[in-house]
Amino acid sequence: MGKLSTLKDAIAEHVPDGASVAMGCGLESLIPFAASHEIIRQKKRDLQLIGPISDIQFDQLIGAGCARQVTAAWVGNVAAGLGHNFRRAVEQRIPAELVIEEHSNFTLGLALKAAAMGLPFLPTHTARGSDFARAAHFAPVSCPFTGEELLAVRALHPDVAIIHVQRADADGNAHVWGNLGVIREAALAAKKVILTCEEIVDHDVILADPNRTAVFGFCVASVVHVPFGSHPSPTQGYARRDDQFYFDYHRQTRTREGFLDWLQTWVHDINSHQEYLDRLGPDRLGPLKPSQDQRAPAINFSA
Amino acid sequence: MKARAAYTVRELMVIAAAREIRDGELAFVGMRLPLLGFAVAKELYAPRAIGVFENGIVRDWPALAPIFTMSDPPNVARALYCGGLIDVMGLLQSGRVQLGFIGGAEIDRFGNVNTHWVRERQKRTRLPGSGGAADIATLAERCIVIMSQERRRFPPRVEFVTSPGYGEGAAWRERARLKGGGPSRVITTMATFSFDPESREMILSTVHPGATVADVQRETGWPLRVAANIGTTAPPSAEELAVLRKYDPNGIWTS
Repeated sequence: MGKLSTLKDAIAEHVPDGASVAMGCGLESLIPFAASHEIIRQKKRDLQLIGPISDIQFDQLIGAGCARQVTAAWVGNVAAGLGHNFRRAVEQRIPAELVIEEHSNFTLGLALKAAAMGLPFLPTHTARGSDFARAAHFAPVSCPFTGEELLAVRALHPDVAIIHVQRADADGNAHVWGNLGVIREAALAAKKVILTCEEIVDHDVILADPNRTAVFGFCVASVVHVPFGSHPSPTQGYARRDDQFYFDYHRQTRTREGFLDWLQTWVHDINSHQEYLDRLGPDRLGPLKPSQDQRAPAINFSA
Repeated sequence: MKARAAYTVRELMVIAAAREIRDGELAFVGMRLPLLGFAVAKELYAPRAIGVFENGIVRDWPALAPIFTMSDPPNVARALYCGGLIDVMGLLQSGRVQLGFIGGAEIDRFGNVNTHWVRERQKRTRLPGSGGAADIATLAERCIVIMSQERRRFPPRVEFVTSPGYGEGAAWRERARLKGGGPSRVITTMATFSFDPESREMILSTVHPGATVADVQRETGWPLRVAANIGTTAPPSAEELAVLRKYDPNGIWTS
């Protein structure tokens, strides 16, 4: 049997309790929300969430009680501001205590890059005057050639990276276009990868445009076909950002009770991604589909 | 009915930000007000400026459709370059980026910015964290901080340094050997500030039309140093406003 899987099976098999899980690696786009909703439904516990920005995704997982630790540069709601569940967890231990491993965007990218390259750390000039850089996953280091002082960022090896992409073949070779964030680094740093994708394509489509390949199939454990699987975040060429969804979430999750209602409506009362799309409805989904073709010209790879 | 003012304070702030972008510069333009400032600068006085975004996007013209995040599809389509975070952070670290904009919850007398924790009436409030702000503050040749001018946001010393300014003052950045030049300007809802080249203390440079030095002092948590040649922030011209409103027709960020 190949790697094609259902969301239920992929999460059940590859995301055990206590796993470290990298998500949101494209930054505000390509966030695998369908996968994280499945993680919540399966009541996964004690996860270490890894991702630079995570625009409301980590906030949901924290509020749902799935997370023990967050390794991130920023946790909140990019368009609306603070993440209410993140605040409740850190300030009041609701629903549980949360450990935070602080990074900047650059240092988190370097931590994944180090792991992707098989290195124990990477040196950088960034964050050297920041208070969070005193944490144990950073250390001062000097250049062996010039003596220059740098900051070493410890490598980060997620147990699994979950990545939403535009298209992949059945083996998990994936094309991604638009901003790449830390997708390539996370896919190589992780012990395995779950891909969710807008389209499953023939292997030949991948071979026709190799510069577009961002994830190797040999890193991937499961490939799941999930159109609109990044909603409400955008997927270039397939889905616009559902801005109102983020503003509604911000308003509705101000209180713990409000969040639990939100969770019931959008996660627990829903059994499959198709039911989620049905709940959004055609009037909401229609305008989120790109209305024009804006295609890159084909190029000649002729040998 | 209240008469519509000629411009809003946020529009004034966008234009003040736009005027900081020099032609040909690479600038981390982040989101909201600086992003609009980039659009105005490109059209009016910095046609060869380049906008750089942490998610891996580099643009040589501003996206026309309003966007809420740097990864929104209109900011991707017809970009100059789409790569990864480390690619663009590498541009910053290697000294190719002259300018970066950041915002914050608190800023202190030496331009240190906090976006991690604030304390209000003994209650600690957790904020989202650095994002890319610490990277920009550490590495950019010039960093510009956009702030709401409120006394609680201008403490003498921030609770937590997310994004370093001039640390404890004179020669701190040099001693710490930080790569970037540090904050060059602060643009607030009431005023603009620069920094003393020796002591590195924040200096009140201009007050916005309608505000006074006393107003700004009231909303600042330490005795302000005022520039000898203090003036009024130049209001936006009709031309600047026209361009700005083309990019923010409904005043999403500036009303």
